Amino acid sequence: MEHLSLLYIVSTVLLIVGLRRLSSPATAAKGNIIAAVGMGLAILTAMVEPIENDHGNYILILIALAIGSIIGLVVAKKVEMTAIPEMVSLFNGFGGACAVAISMVEISNFTADVSKGYIATTYLALFIGGVAFTGSLIAYGKLSGKVKDWRSGISSYFNLIWLALCLGLMAYEVIMTGEIGYLPFIILGVSLIYGFTFVLPIGGADMPVVISLLNALTGVAAALAGIVYGNMVMLLGGILVGSSGTILTVLMCQAMNRSLINVIVGGFGGSSASAAGGDQGTVKETTANDTAIMMRYAKNVTIIPGYGMAVAQAQKAAKELDKSLTERGVNVNYAIHPVAGRMPGHMNVLLAEADVSYDKLKDLEDANSQFPDTDVSLVVGANDVVNPSALDDPGSPIYGMPVLELLNSKQVVVLKRGMSKGYSGIENPLFFHDKTKMLFGDAKATIEALNDEVKSMD
Amino acid sequence: MQEILNYLTDNVLTINLWIITIFLGFEVISKVPTVLHTPLMSGSNAISGIVIIGAIVLMRQSASDDYVALGAGFIGIVLAMINVAGGHAVTNRMLEMFKKK
Repeated sequence: MEHLSLLYIVSTVLLIVGLRRLSSPATAAKGNIIAAVGMGLAILTAMVEPIENDHGNYILILIALAIGSIIGLVVAKKVEMTAIPEMVSLFNGFGGACAVAISMVEISNFTADVSKGYIATTYLALFIGGVAFTGSLIAYGKLSGKVKDWRSGISSYFNLIWLALCLGLMAYEVIMTGEIGYLPFIILGVSLIYGFTFVLPIGGADMPVVISLLNALTGVAAALAGIVYGNMVMLLGGILVGSSGTILTVLMCQAMNRSLINVIVGGFGGSSASAAGGDQGTVKETTANDTAIMMRYAKNVTIIPGYGMAVAQAQKAAKELDKSLTERGVNVNYAIHPVAGRMPGHMNVLLAEADVSYDKLKDLEDANSQFPDTDVSLVVGANDVVNPSALDDPGSPIYGMPVLELLNSKQVVVLKRGMSKGYSGIENPLFFHDKTKMLFGDAKATIEALNDEVKSMD
Repeated sequence: MQEILNYLTDNVLTINLWIITIFLGFEVISKVPTVLHTPLMSGSNAISGIVIIGAIVLMRQSASDDYVALGAGFIGIVLAMINVAGGHAVTNRMLEMFKKK
């Protein structure tokens, strides 16, 4: 029985293979199951492996496992697909909270002969887990609309000072070899507050990057806790998540043509004035009837979905419109910007839910090369990812970010609820362009109206 | 300083492992298509729940009258298990949608 810990090796392999398969479309579903099996095996091993100072407590552990599983499975089954990003953020926060809980207990158990390196590792796990915890909660609140963007000129300085305070207190604790009464609780509080103030000023289009970063942080916290417990599967699994989360974060930053530092410190805000600010001219409104005629007699139509489509739950209506148009000989595609929606791939998930086939989804490069042949570009609730100031207005905060270049297509119709600005709060000259017509209303109702008009034309 | 260096030297194998795994993580993920970004994020998020192992070990090592440690371990297991079970289940739901065509 003393060799049961060897099972951890099997679960490590399963986690790596699972993650590998998750990153390829054909094998992704299996990959997820393999990773889940690896996780289950790791949990089982933790239950049965021989450890020092074993008090059992199996009943309590099993109850906790059961409660967590039931809550997790029920929430996962019930959550709307549009709410996935905030749900991932919330789950991630819980992982961080677990790292906080176990580090605090570990810290309270420090003995006099404990090494400084061990203390430093434990405090780092506490700090990073704490930041991931409260940061994820704020990200959850923001994405679900419960927490409003808030930002002031001093927030980045405040955050730097606060971070220095966290690190300073931890360094002091390490030097003093962890024997300062209430200081661990102060460090806990300061870390939790840092997660809060770190995410609070980051707003708008940057939320996907933040979630990915917080996910990586939870991984790192798990890995550090793995060192504290001398547990390899925690260490390896945690680092895997840490490095893959970092890669995803970087990919997302690249898609927005910004650096990570710029995302964290800068933040889009309403504060950056655009060179093209002021009076933008007037918008041209159109009707569902006109738009339907335009699309019905077009050769190529491209639909550009954004977060507005997710909010209005318009993906199924879009699929129906697509079907009606396709039946009438129109070639319909979807142009997917990497950061459209609130999370990379968010639009792909929603369209897959509506049964739109893979090959109709064009990524940024493909879509941009096809716009010159596109007769009608139909924007459904996207804003910042189609903003032409990114291409030609050096004064714009998003200048340089790759966007979908719709203005190369022959006509643009924008479905929008009203003239509000995008999530990042930046004016969009696309709406005022000669080629563009606005079709105001709820995205789902409007698309259904378009579909009815198209059908009634036969 | 000396103590920190000693600690690093004592854990040189762990540090090596750490570095190799970072590169492994980069390699495993680097060529992922955009369509899979959300499921991948959700799946790797579930894996970060591996921290649950620490909470289980903590509970097993806590005396039955050490209520603070037991309580912290219990809450830790519940929260991390929500992360693990919920994360894998929601990832599965997303990927199932990709499958049917």
